Amino acid sequence: MIKATLNGLKTAFKGLTLTMRHVLGARKSRKVIAIKTDDYFEQQNGIVTVQYPHQKMSVPEVGRYQLDVAIDDCIVCDLCAKICPVNCIEIDVIKATSAYGKTSDGSVKRLYAPKFDIDMAKCMYCGLCTTVCPTECIVMTPEYDKSVTHISDLNYKFATMTEEEATFKRSELAQQQAEKEAAKLASLNKLTD
Amino acid sequence: MNFYLLYFLVAATIFGFIAVFSLFSVYAERKISAFIQDRLGPMETGKFGWLQTAADILKLIQKEYIVPTAADKALFTLAPIIIFVSVYLGFVALPWAPGLVPASMNIGAFYIFAIISVEALGILMAGWGSNNKYSLLGAVRSVAQMVSYEIPAGFAVISAVMIAQTLDLQLININQGVLATNEIKFLGFIDVKQIGGILAWNVFQAPHLLIAYGIYFIASLAECNRAPFDLPEAESELIGGFHTEYTGLRFAFIFLAEYAMMFLVAMFGVTLFLGGWNTPLPNFGAFKLAEYTTGMYWGIFWVMGKSLLVVAVQMWIRWTLPRVRVDQLMALCWKVLTPLAFACLVASGLWRLLLF
Repeated sequence: MIKATLNGLKTAFKGLTLTMRHVLGARKSRKVIAIKTDDYFEQQNGIVTVQYPHQKMSVPEVGRYQLDVAIDDCIVCDLCAKICPVNCIEIDVIKATSAYGKTSDGSVKRLYAPKFDIDMAKCMYCGLCTTVCPTECIVMTPEYDKSVTHISDLNYKFATMTEEEATFKRSELAQQQAEKEAAKLASLNKLTD
Repeated sequence: MNFYLLYFLVAATIFGFIAVFSLFSVYAERKISAFIQDRLGPMETGKFGWLQTAADILKLIQKEYIVPTAADKALFTLAPIIIFVSVYLGFVALPWAPGLVPASMNIGAFYIFAIISVEALGILMAGWGSNNKYSLLGAVRSVAQMVSYEIPAGFAVISAVMIAQTLDLQLININQGVLATNEIKFLGFIDVKQIGGILAWNVFQAPHLLIAYGIYFIASLAECNRAPFDLPEAESELIGGFHTEYTGLRFAFIFLAEYAMMFLVAMFGVTLFLGGWNTPLPNFGAFKLAEYTTGMYWGIFWVMGKSLLVVAVQMWIRWTLPRVRVDQLMALCWKVLTPLAFACLVASGLWRLLLF
C-alpha cells in the first residue's frame, strides 16, 4: 500500500510537471507555415492553434478544390461532362454557323455553350475533368472554403451567353441548315432532271 | 431596520462575489486547459475571449426550463436550489480580513463542514428526481464519494483545530500571524509571535499539518467533485451525471455551485492551514513587513490570492490527472487518506500534550 501510494504521488508529480511545461510553453505560438517548408517539423513546442478565418495555411498547388472554367477557352467538346463520374457537369451545345474564334492555345471554336453548369454540391473533387480537357480551360483553384446560404448557389454557371443570344444562334443555325437543305434539294432536283 | 439592511447587503455581496468568481474561473479554467493542451482556448468573444463566459451565461439564462415527464417535479426543481444554497451558506463563516467576517460564530469550522455535506443531499435529489439511470448512477456515486471523503477531510481539519484550540475561524486566523493573542512557535520551538509571516502559519507551527493539508486538499477535490474524482459527472461514462437533465438557469446554478464550492474549500483550507488573511512576509528587524502588510485590504488581498492560487492548482490537477475508478477512489480514501488523517490527529494530540 505504501509503495503504491508513493508510486501514485511520483507519477502524479511527473504528470503535473509535464502539464506545467506545456503551460509555460504556451507563451509562444507555432508559426503558421506551409507543410512544404523545410523547418515545418522543427516546430515542436508552443500553441498549435491556427485561428482559421484570420490565419490560413497555404495549400498545395496541385490540391483539388473548387472548379473554375475559363469559358473563352472552351471548345465545348463535352469531354468533361462525359468523364465526370457523378454527372455534375451539364453542357448544352449549339453549333456555330462557322468557326467563330480561337482559344488561347489555338484550337478553333465551332460550338457555342449556352449552358455550362457545374454542380459543386455533387462534385467529388476527383479532378478527372481537368485532365481530359484539351484546352485546359477547366481547372481546380486553391479556393476551398465555400459556404452558401442555399444549396442551389453551389450550382456554378459558367456560360456567358444570354438567352436571347442563344435563341438567335439557334435560329441562325436553323436558317443555315434550312438553306443547306434547300441547296441540297435543288442540286438533287438538278440531278434528277 | 439598518440591521436587516446590512444582512441583505452582506448576502448580496457574497452572491455577487460567487457569480463574478464563477465567471472568471470558468474563463480561467478554459484558458488553463487550453494552454496545457497547446491550444488557445476562447479567442473570439472580446479581446482574448474574455467575454466568453458572460456570453455563455446570457445563453443559459435565455434557455427553456425542461422538466422530464417522468421526473419527480418537486425534487427536480428543488435540487439546484439546495445544491447552491448549501455552498452559498458555507461562505458565511469564512473570515476575509481582520474584523471582516460575514457572520462571526464560535463554531465556524464545524458549521462549514456541516453545511457543505448538505450538498450531497441536493445532488441525490437531482439524480433521483431526474428519473434517469445515468443521473441516478452519478448521484449515488457522488453521495458515496462525498460521505467517504468527509472522514479524512474532517480528521485533517480536526488536527488543525487541535493545534489552534478553537473552532472560531477568525480566531484561528488571528493566531497565525503578528496579531496573535496566543504564543505561536515555529515548528513548536522558536517563538515567532513578533516575526509573523509565513513562519507563523499553522502548517509551519506544526509540520505534520503539511501532511494534513495534503490530505485535506485531496479530500476537498473529491468533495467538490473535481477531476480526478469527478465520477459523479464522468462525461465519458454517465453523459453528465446527476445534472444530465438540467437546462437553462437550473443548470447554471449547479455549475455556479461547483465553482463556488471550489473556492469555498480552497478558502477554508487556506484559513485553517495556510494563514488565511495573514501575510506571508515576516518581520525583518527594522523592516516590519508583516505589520505593514496586515490590515483590512491586505487581508482581503492575501486570502484572495492564496485561495485563487489553490483554485489554480485544482484546475491544473484537473487537466493533468485522469479520472480514478470507483474502487480506486474508495481504496484511496479508506486505505490511505483515513489512516494518515488519523495519524495526523494523534500527532496533533501529542504535539499539544508534549509541547505546551
